[in-house]
Amino acid sequence: MGGKDLISIRDLAREEIEELFELTDKMDKRLASDSKPLKNAVIATLFFEPSTRTRFSFQSAAARLGADVLSLEDISTTSAAKGETFIDTIRTMDGYCDLIVIRHKLEGSARLAADVAERPVVNAGDGGNQHPTQTLIDLYSIRRFKKRIEKTNVCLVGDLKYARTMRSLLYGLGMFGANVTLVSPKGLEMDKAVISEVKSRFSASVSETNAMDFSDCDVLYVCRIQKERFADPYEAEKVQKEFRITGENLKGAKPEMVILHPLPKIDEIAPEVDASPNARYFEQAKFGVPIRMAVIMKLLGKA
Amino acid sequence: MLTVEEIESGTVIDHIRHGKGLRVLEILEIAAEYHSRVALVMNVPSNKMGRKDIVKVEGKLLNEKLMDKIALIAPDATVNLIQNSKVIEKRHVKLHSKLVGVVKCPNPKCITNTENIESVFIVEADKARCAFCERLFKSEELIE
Repeated sequence: MGGKDLISIRDLAREEIEELFELTDKMDKRLASDSKPLKNAVIATLFFEPSTRTRFSFQSAAARLGADVLSLEDISTTSAAKGETFIDTIRTMDGYCDLIVIRHKLEGSARLAADVAERPVVNAGDGGNQHPTQTLIDLYSIRRFKKRIEKTNVCLVGDLKYARTMRSLLYGLGMFGANVTLVSPKGLEMDKAVISEVKSRFSASVSETNAMDFSDCDVLYVCRIQKERFADPYEAEKVQKEFRITGENLKGAKPEMVILHPLPKIDEIAPEVDASPNARYFEQAKFGVPIRMAVIMKLLGKA
Repeated sequence: MLTVEEIESGTVIDHIRHGKGLRVLEILEIAAEYHSRVALVMNVPSNKMGRKDIVKVEGKLLNEKLMDKIALIAPDATVNLIQNSKVIEKRHVKLHSKLVGVVKCPNPKCITNTENIESVFIVEADKARCAFCERLFKSEELIE
């Protein structure tokens, strides 16, 4: 990784990500190994905003490597609740650990933490901005399931406007040369500036549609459409139904197509799809641990 | 021909893209209570620009941050420093690749609007990206 921190997928070059994936392969093989390379290390997971899978998978990764974890889960138990500034909280925690993992609702918070802290900082989600380890999991899953990312036909389906996962993933897919089709309801389309940046920076192939046709698709990546995005509840329900992944709209798909989802999913994927061999999102979630082990090892200079 | 009298001491900002002169006055924080002479000439014919705006402000000198702000909306502007009715210095505004503490991030969810820190923007063509929240803004959006 370029610097001492992992804040945004935009900071990473393709070669660095590939190197990280190779390390992830190694970590995945040694999940339950007796050797604990981070035996004397302390990792602080500062979750100013609630999270289950991201926090647990970081903590699991730390535990697998033998590190101790300092965990902030409830902001009301800290001095931040008394009005301490974010910068002061980070400066203090910087003295207590070897690496900081941070989730915060304000965008740019992880970048600021990295500026302030001497220890490496990993962004575990800063508001609607970035969640780079999620993007790494998504790209790694495609690489694992499809053997390559380049020239793979990937459909991103759902709320492409507000979901931070989708923006960063599009950037990563563009970097790796995938062919991307964006499928979203009217009004929830991907930001045009993001599309044109990905196209111009990586000469990426990106097209937009609102048709649920997955016949050419190798990877179907789904995310939730939140009801709150619509003023009219009837309209919300109609759109949710229209963009729901069901056994019916998967009929024309390739048998080896892979379905991914960042989770948690609510009802955007019909229950019958969970049982299909195409549904790989729970395996995808499992990669959260080896990916985060690789990131921690790399940032602590142990790999 | 519209003539505007000379100023004795102050700043003349020329080659402002037409229609942006009022915004330049806003950047300079020229309001009704400003004590000295101010002239805004709009839609002046220009060989280079077709039409341009010109602003003359007596008693005001521009620091680097104000120059950076003007560069965001009027990248072709020239700034003439006037003393004793003479141009003693002529400068072209220049949009720097990195703007530190020049403008506030318009994203209300950006941490720079909560913590006591300077904003940082990286200029990308006619847009600028906040180095913290990573949002991309048109240069004009950055001038309140």
